[in-house]
Amino acid sequence: MPVKITIPTPLRPYTENRDTIEVEGQTIRELLKDMTERYPQLKRHLFSEDGRLRSFINIYVNDEDIRYLDGENTKVSEGDVVSIIPAIAGGN
Amino acid sequence: MVEEILNFGLNLDVENVELTREEFLRYGRHLIIPEVGLKGQKKLKSASVLIVGAGGLGSPLAFYLTAAGVGRIGIVDFDVVDFSNLQRQIIHTTKDVGRSKLESAREKLSALNPNVKIETYETRLTSENALEIIKDYDIVVDGTDNFPTRYLVNDACVLLKKPNVYGSIFRFEGQVSVFYAEKGPCYRCLYQEPPPPGLVPSCAEGGVLGVLPGIIGTLQALEVIKLILGVGRPLIGRLLLFDALKMSFRELKLRKNPNCPVCGENPTIKELIDYEAFCGITPEQILHESGFEITAEELKAKLENGENIILIDVREPHEYEINRIHGSKLIPLSKLPEMVNELDQTSEIVLYCKMGGRSARAVQFLRELGFTRVKNLAGGIDAWIEKVDPNMPKY
Repeated sequence: MPVKITIPTPLRPYTENRDTIEVEGQTIRELLKDMTERYPQLKRHLFSEDGRLRSFINIYVNDEDIRYLDGENTKVSEGDVVSIIPAIAGGN
Repeated sequence: MVEEILNFGLNLDVENVELTREEFLRYGRHLIIPEVGLKGQKKLKSASVLIVGAGGLGSPLAFYLTAAGVGRIGIVDFDVVDFSNLQRQIIHTTKDVGRSKLESAREKLSALNPNVKIETYETRLTSENALEIIKDYDIVVDGTDNFPTRYLVNDACVLLKKPNVYGSIFRFEGQVSVFYAEKGPCYRCLYQEPPPPGLVPSCAEGGVLGVLPGIIGTLQALEVIKLILGVGRPLIGRLLLFDALKMSFRELKLRKNPNCPVCGENPTIKELIDYEAFCGITPEQILHESGFEITAEELKAKLENGENIILIDVREPHEYEINRIHGSKLIPLSKLPEMVNELDQTSEIVLYCKMGGRSARAVQFLRELGFTRVKNLAGGIDAWIEKVDPNMPKY
């Protein structure tokens, strides 16, 4: 089942500048796996060396943080919008 | 279902606050809105707001809060106005280039509304001075541009129980929220730790559309005023995302993390820490300390000696179009992994970018692959322009 993931600006250099990509999977883990297989450079930006999602990257399903759902096991269904929200610091 | 946040407004005593005849006229359009009225305007007059950073976000913030009649506004900054600021930092003008940002800001704000007391702190906000500066203000607005200061502002606000009106920007995107640990989550609930240095580009490296801080800073000003008046629904527990290209606003739920190290149930951070150390040393600093760095003058001498140096520019093509060091080859940082096979491991390679940050990551990447004669141009092409070729256009 294809699900749309929105890619934030800082990560777009690693997705051929696409702002949304369509990936396959039933859970967030499966979606991220499919996504990093298609765009291997994303992997080290999203995951630390021990394979954990980096703490300055949050993943949302619709408007809810997966940390308060089932984490990477959170199920997704068609029509859900999955967003990657990294910390940005600019202001000057 | 919308969660109501109750009693978020500040507890301001307006009993002895009076408006002058001039102020009645000046704030007339506020006074006739029922949600503001005379009482609200008196609240504004008795409130104090600290703006950290007199830059892109700080400019519209300071202007609107001054115009609105906030009684006392503090501004923290240590920088001087530069030509490259003027595309977005609308409080400064061409004639201010070279002046202190605080002096420039004070002049504009006093001209706009002499009733407002402007206090300036010409310093970097640090763990040593933050609590002392922040404690005398009702609300803090974070208009800074780096992770160490953002974590510092957050922690100081949590410790002092102050609301922190947050905004940050990158290129065409912005985030806004109100972190108020007394009523909801703080910044660390959202991001417990910062990214490793160099991984997330700054506005100086990644660019920002000039209008964007105008929009985000204005939204922050609006949230400040709502907190003072105690009206409407504040952005506490919500993260507003703005995408200027799509012209879309989205909102995400933020939750208070019970394990948050600063505002959780068992906090481990009970005083301000060393935020530079917390955010890590940059790849640039590592290369500087380990000698994998070359200065602009050294590079010039080597090139003039006819030494065989491969010069690689890791910026983006649109930056390369503006300026480049003669003889350099363009390989944008994101393309380096796929093009690395074209490079000879034994040759002497110097990498550069605009300021030295991106190229430092590229040097580290190549060193990990076994390149030994690879160096980072310290300070990037900006340093080259300053020290070697002042006629080159700078951006």
